[in-house]
Amino acid sequence: MAVEINRRYCKGCGICVELCPKSVLVLDEIGKSTVKNPDACIYCGQCELRCPDYAITVVKPVKKEEKA
Amino acid sequence: MSESVGKFLRQSALPHIWCPGCGNGIIMRSVVRAIEKIGLDQRKTVIVSGIGCSSRSSGYMNFNTVHTAHGRALTFATGIKLARPELNVIVMTGDGDCTAIGGNHFIHSARRNIDLTTVIFNNGIYGMTGGQYSPLTPFSAKATTAPYGNLERNFDIAQLAIAAGATYVARGTAYHAQMLVDLVVKAIENKGFSVVDVISQCPVYYGRKNKMGSAGKMLLWQRDHALPVQAADKLEPEKRQGKFLIGELHKSEAPEYTAEYEKLIEAAKGKGDGQ
Ligand SMILES: Cc1ncc(C[n+]2csc(CCOP(=O)(O)OP(=O)(O)O)c2C)c(N)n1
Ligand code: SF4
Repeated sequence: MAVEINRRYCKGCGICVELCPKSVLVLDEIGKSTVKNPDACIYCGQCELRCPDYAITVVKPVKKEEKA
Repeated sequence: MSESVGKFLRQSALPHIWCPGCGNGIIMRSVVRAIEKIGLDQRKTVIVSGIGCSSRSSGYMNFNTVHTAHGRALTFATGIKLARPELNVIVMTGDGDCTAIGGNHFIHSARRNIDLTTVIFNNGIYGMTGGQYSPLTPFSAKATTAPYGNLERNFDIAQLAIAAGATYVARGTAYHAQMLVDLVVKAIENKGFSVVDVISQCPVYYGRKNKMGSAGKMLLWQRDHALPVQAADKLEPEKRQGKFLIGELHKSEAPEYTAEYEKLIEAAKGKGDGQ
């Protein structure tokens, strides 16, 4: 998963949901951030940068060429 | 969670106590990233804070930390720096802590140009005690103690710092978290009194009272009202209306207090002639 969310740290402020340019994240039924559209993620890191609770890690996928 | 957060924050103390959407966590991360970027020795770095929500930051930061009395962070920091000038001393303080009860310490620290870095978590309110207005609450903004709007004009704390003698003064925001890292780096590197005024959001008191919406909307407000200094120079005055400047606002050279004090000690010791 490109965007990892630590549910223990997330307080559901919604900053990541509002600032994600690609609508990757939503708040779930108990109000915590969760990844809804993983394929839309462009790894810009906006959510991680401004998560006040250090609950988000954006993991960039390793490109095929780099793997070799 | 980035590496700097993992290494420089006390994991056992997390998650922190700040409200959902509070800017304090964003600012604290930018400060630890700045420390990491410069490569300061954890054991030679001291974080000093006063009292307030923002001042709780010292408890989360994995350095030598001192959580002091309301308004007095700079006094403790001054003592630490004078006793051990080789230490890097960083002060984390709220707008109330720094500019109301601690206002006098602030101007005199600037006047002395003592080598301290002061990061002001400027949410324009006393968060911890329930949203009373502070000397940085904008004119006409609402607070629990100003339900009809604040009659007092706010300080421009950056201008006050410059006038009082600070040798590095910058302003950032929680929204511009990346830029904030660089401003804090320069503030720490300056050998003298450095101030970084960080416009932040308290969605619970300031935001709610002033109908600013969610924490995300408050961050976007910061984005839309901040004017980088380089861009501001090229704009007509009308276009600057209602905006505030961000970036490096001031840099100057002046004798640094602890260095001068060391010199005086050496001079007073004499040249070992026993006189
Ligand atoms: C001597 C003293 N006076 C008053 C208080 C009550 N008090 C605690 S925090 C605070 C203001 C905090 O505001 P600020 O520094 O802006 O920090 P924030 O909570 O907004 O981060 C006050 C007045 C106190 N703790 N000690
Ligand atoms: S009261 Fe305001 S400043 Fe204090 S933790 Fe909550 S949001 Fe932050």
